[in-house]
Amino acid sequence: MERPSSTFAQALLFVLLLALFPACLYMVFAVVPTEQKMGVVQRIFYFHVPSAFMAFAGVGACAVFSAFYLWTRDLRYDVVAHAAAELGVVFCTIVLVTGPIWARPVWGVWWTGEVRLTSTLVLWLIYVGYLALRENAENREQAARWGAVVGIVGALDVPIIYKSVEWWRGLHPKVLKMSGGGGLEPSMEKALLLCSLTFLLLFIYLLMQRCQLGRLQIEIESLAHAARRPAASPAAPPSRGARA
Amino acid sequence: MSFLRAVALVARKDLLSELRSREQAVTLFFFALLVLVVFNFAFDFTVIEFVSLGPGILWVAFIFSGVLALSHSFQIEREKDRILGILMSPIDRSAFYLGKVLATSLFMAAVEAVIVPVSVLMFNYRFSGRIGAAILVFVLNTVGFAAVGTLFSAMTTRTRRGELLLPLLLFPAAVPIALAAVKTTSHVLAGRPFRLYASWVALTSAYDVIFLAAAVLLFDSVLEE
Repeated sequence: MERPSSTFAQALLFVLLLALFPACLYMVFAVVPTEQKMGVVQRIFYFHVPSAFMAFAGVGACAVFSAFYLWTRDLRYDVVAHAAAELGVVFCTIVLVTGPIWARPVWGVWWTGEVRLTSTLVLWLIYVGYLALRENAENREQAARWGAVVGIVGALDVPIIYKSVEWWRGLHPKVLKMSGGGGLEPSMEKALLLCSLTFLLLFIYLLMQRCQLGRLQIEIESLAHAARRPAASPAAPPSRGARA
Repeated sequence: MSFLRAVALVARKDLLSELRSREQAVTLFFFALLVLVVFNFAFDFTVIEFVSLGPGILWVAFIFSGVLALSHSFQIEREKDRILGILMSPIDRSAFYLGKVLATSLFMAAVEAVIVPVSVLMFNYRFSGRIGAAILVFVLNTVGFAAVGTLFSAMTTRTRRGELLLPLLLFPAAVPIALAAVKTTSHVLAGRPFRLYASWVALTSAYDVIFLAAAVLLFDSVLEE
């Protein structure tokens, strides 16, 4: 059973998100000025960048909880790691979809070999592989162990991939400066902050929901396992009727 | 039994069984050669210089045949449950892992040692670089690929879709090796000074050390039944 405090926190988060998302849209479309050079399409920035933050949060959380799982062998940690990886893939997909939509009018191309784009794509591929491997494991416990191994290896790989892609391109062109608030107008900075906070809360909310689902799955599996056992052996106590 | 001896024994077992059965050497070699032939048709090397595309073609061939070698490495352990014998023998799991990395690296190195000269002949290239630098670069990249590949292959070969899953997991994770291998190989083939690609060699070495260490620590959890 879920703890009531967790259910309450989820309800609170949901209400908060209901209020925050319209606020974000208002900030992005009504308050923030249109960027001079890039025009109206630049407003996708306020969804693109927070999604990228959350993709990294997902990958990082997956690695940390994978390590916890291998350390303690407590399946609850694996549930969090799996959920975080799934969310990482979801937000990474948003980044990869919004990126080209922004790049096409601004850079004139849908896709370039730019280091952040390429390493984000590779990162996405690694975690798609993570999910595919888990799907193909023989049982829950094996999926957890294998997932933990790939989750940790994938996170270790991210900085090396970034470095190698950066060197591959030689001095990579700083087409667009997005790091730091240095070049941003104060209202733009505020909008980015608000959107990032909203996406973080969305991430936490989805993580809690997904973890709850994962725990229920484990519970159902163990119940099904327990229900199957007496049927297999004829000497089982006659308690099957009571359970059904 | 010392740790290193256990590593050598596992690798020796794989090499011996290969020497007796000759199951994969021929397949790996012809597969790599086939990749060269396909690229020979795909690009017109009378107008393109070999140094600009050759390293990429070579490493596509080595990575593809490397995936075959990696799958094979654990498939032979699955047949007749041979892996149970290994798991019950008094050797460390990490020694088993390192022995597998060593054996796969040697298989890949054997393919590379034949294919690189063949490609130089095939594409009429006049090699002017240093052999020592070439060996260093090929060894570092091959070991890095085999290190991550062996860790993943130990998992994927146990699934029904192993042949599909291994490249799906391994190719993105091995992107740094693919990039470093192509860059360093093109420098080596062109005979450029070492300092031009020293940072790539450092990156490959770091990749090898990080993932060999991580895999030694994690391999216990991969084979746990």
